[in-house]
Amino acid sequence: MNRPKNKEYKFPTHIDDYPTGPQYKAGFLPETNAGWRKVRPVVDHEACVFCLRCYLVCPDGTIFKEDGKIKIDLDYCKGCGVCAHECPKDAISMVKE
Amino acid sequence: MNKVLDIPRVNAKNMTDKEFFYGHKACAGCGGSIAVRLALKVLGERTYTALPAGCMSAVGFIFPQMAFNSNAIITTFPGAASMASGIAMGAKALGQKDFKTVVFAGDGGTADIGFQALSGMIDRNDDVLYICYDNEAYMNTGIQKSGLTPYGTQTTTTPAGKNLPGTLTHKKNLFEIIAAHDIAYAATASIGYPQDYLNKVNKAKHTKGASFIHVYASCPTGWGTPTETSVEIAKDAVDCGLIFLAEYEDGEFKLNRNPKEFASIPDYLKKQARFKHLSDQDIEIITEHRDKKWSRMRKHWL
Ligand SMILES: Cc1ncc(C[n+]2csc(CCOP(=O)(O)OP(=O)(O)O)c2C)c(N)n1
Ligand code: SF4
Ligand SMILES: [Mg+2]
Repeated sequence: MNRPKNKEYKFPTHIDDYPTGPQYKAGFLPETNAGWRKVRPVVDHEACVFCLRCYLVCPDGTIFKEDGKIKIDLDYCKGCGVCAHECPKDAISMVKE
Repeated sequence: MNKVLDIPRVNAKNMTDKEFFYGHKACAGCGGSIAVRLALKVLGERTYTALPAGCMSAVGFIFPQMAFNSNAIITTFPGAASMASGIAMGAKALGQKDFKTVVFAGDGGTADIGFQALSGMIDRNDDVLYICYDNEAYMNTGIQKSGLTPYGTQTTTTPAGKNLPGTLTHKKNLFEIIAAHDIAYAATASIGYPQDYLNKVNKAKHTKGASFIHVYASCPTGWGTPTETSVEIAKDAVDCGLIFLAEYEDGEFKLNRNPKEFASIPDYLKKQARFKHLSDQDIEIITEHRDKKWSRMRKHWL
């Protein structure tokens, strides 16, 4: 899997269920970050030239390539706006949630 | 030592689609998280990551959350380099091959508290890439001055007021101090120049022994900048000459970028709340310091 997905965390019910250290499984995400967002990136695929600048600079890695287009994982996008600001074609706009 | 030309370049088109730093809780627009994410994509799945206390560990290990999607561990604040040395040695003793050990430490964790361990790691030439993401203060504990906080910065321990302009000292020459160990490979970078950063991480990946990258990484929360300008501001810092892009290899310094003219220092400073109190005289001091540094670098590194 290229990017981890939100997984449910089952709270331990018995002492034996507790982990022995403060680590956990790599890529375990018990919650999303979508609630942080006030604005959301919307891509104009007509204007996008697939230069991948947004993909490169996304602090959260939420932009991915699919069928020659860029897509955004809105579960983990925080709405920082770096992608829209860096896009040389102004193909991404930030719209109010 | 590998020549750059022999190493296949990594760029946005051909890098792995896999994300190794995902779902973290860094502030929106955090530059440090760009530095960590991109480096891990260059280094790939077979990477051991060690992080001392600091924002990048604090936002990635909130039990049971594990934003690192490969092996990663938090170390003591001063001990990241020692922990990484141990990991690299341990994996080697187990007969593992084709892996890399990397540290991501802040400016405080590197230039101040973690320095002794880092110096030892380089001295032993342990097979570790140490990346210092420099946001110019101890951000995770609420913006205190570090050895890499530049002159005139307002922090909570160096407040600006009637009598003082904030921080009174200039940045430590961290890159030169590391190079003075005669390390196999060291470089400076900025998230404002991401391809240059990827190339340097890639070069370090293919360096056997200790390597070091000092990457300039913006912090919208600590700098008082809009979240969307994080990459732009890190580029501005390079363009106005306050941050330089250089490498140290085979005992030689190399200045990667030597612009004929610098962009405006005041324009860079005035975009940030941490500098907005600065007087013309303070900006003069900053400019003079930049010019001195560049005349030294141009004399010896070109
Ligand atoms: C021995 C010790 N002293 C102090 C701390 C508290 N502490 C945790 S993170 C941090 C700041 C780290 O600053 P920096 O290394 O620049 O990384 P940043 O948070 O800016 O990413 C401090 C002081 C600690 N964890 N351990
Ligand atoms: S305080 Fe700064 S360095 Fe820390 S997570 Fe927020 S933006 Fe990143
Ligand atoms: Mg810091």
